[in-house]
Amino acid sequence: MAPPNQPEVSLSAKALTQRFGPNKIFESLSFEVPKGQGLVVTGPNGSGKTTLLRILSGLLRPTKGDVRLNVDGKVISPEDRLKHIGFITPELALYEELTALENLEFFAHVRRLKRTKADHLALLERVGLKERGRDLVGTFSSGMKQRLKLAFAIQHEPAFLFLDEPGSSLDEDGRAIVKGIISEQKAHGALVVATNDERELAYGEKRLALA
Amino acid sequence: MPWLEGVLAVFLKDWRSEFRTRYALNAALLFAVTTLVVVSFAIGAFGISGDLLAAFLWVVILFSSMAGLGQVFIKEVESRTFTALRLVARPSEVWAGKFFFNLVLLLGLEVIIIPLFFILLNPWVSDWGGFIAVLILGSVGLAGATTLIAAIIAQAKGKGALLAGLSYPILIPLLAAATSGTRHLFRGDGGAGQESQILAAYAVVVITAASLLFDFIWNE
Repeated sequence: MAPPNQPEVSLSAKALTQRFGPNKIFESLSFEVPKGQGLVVTGPNGSGKTTLLRILSGLLRPTKGDVRLNVDGKVISPEDRLKHIGFITPELALYEELTALENLEFFAHVRRLKRTKADHLALLERVGLKERGRDLVGTFSSGMKQRLKLAFAIQHEPAFLFLDEPGSSLDEDGRAIVKGIISEQKAHGALVVATNDERELAYGEKRLALA
Repeated sequence: MPWLEGVLAVFLKDWRSEFRTRYALNAALLFAVTTLVVVSFAIGAFGISGDLLAAFLWVVILFSSMAGLGQVFIKEVESRTFTALRLVARPSEVWAGKFFFNLVLLLGLEVIIIPLFFILLNPWVSDWGGFIAVLILGSVGLAGATTLIAAIIAQAKGKGALLAGLSYPILIPLLAAATSGTRHLFRGDGGAGQESQILAAYAVVVITAASLLFDFIWNE
């Protein structure tokens, strides 16, 4: 459950343009996502969905334009972004030579979260991996890895959650978990989902179609 | 202290990962042991001078470190965990954690390399304290520089060649001082005090440069 006294959060992007060399990926994108809402980004392969999410999460600097993540009326600094952002993408992987539990313990330490083993197990239970917590991630199926990535993204209850193809490799139970995470995220923060899956279009109130 | 906890978390994660995969250790150890054994067979009963032994020792340490220490960031990129690490960890904690991992790995390698070197090549040392000081200070500088350069080249293509190409100009002062200090100690014609000072200064410069530059390297 989301904690009480939640901060006011909002995301705004102004005139975002991204180029890689001579290739224009997108140009002059502007949008806002207030607390309690989700933005669904759609578009064909190569239209820049993942690139846009990488920019929003601070992993990539846009060629032009500006992203502002506001928490309680203040624009959060690049240093503080780590605390407020949860992001998964197919390009991201977790440590295969560590167990699921060891992955969550490591991420909790570097995120400076006070979490007990019971907290990690509860998070694993939420994504349906409690029984496999002590297994190496390298032995997981692609769907199980995706579930663990979801746990990684929500471990610190971020104000902004960016999900790139969240349902990829997931079975119906896994998709129900994603749906639950999205409902909870909207209750305390903002959400951006990049997808072309018809079933995931309903995750957001707003839609941004990239050409 | 939260910063130290972050550094320790990165350090322990890398060690746990290394113990399970032997990603860096095997590469470095294989090079070191093979080179030492091959050279000792090649020279046979003929002794070689302290000058050559000093150079040979640092060549073995340098190439072992190139084979093993550069992996700390390359492995994160190749296994696609680099993005996850960027999303959770502060740059300075990542650099320091990986620097200490590389330093302990290098010192651990030397615990194997040095006795083997003495058994196979039988050099004489005039001052063991000075010799250990040169080794430790040289290792600090080598680990610091290699960690920083590995971070720079981690996302580039042709990483192996780039690591070697970028490292050599930066490591030349360190190698010159370390080899010169070791040579004096093997020949017994003086101590390595001056070289130790150069190596200590080199280590301070590298660590200072890394702490200033790493945020930029990590985020770009």
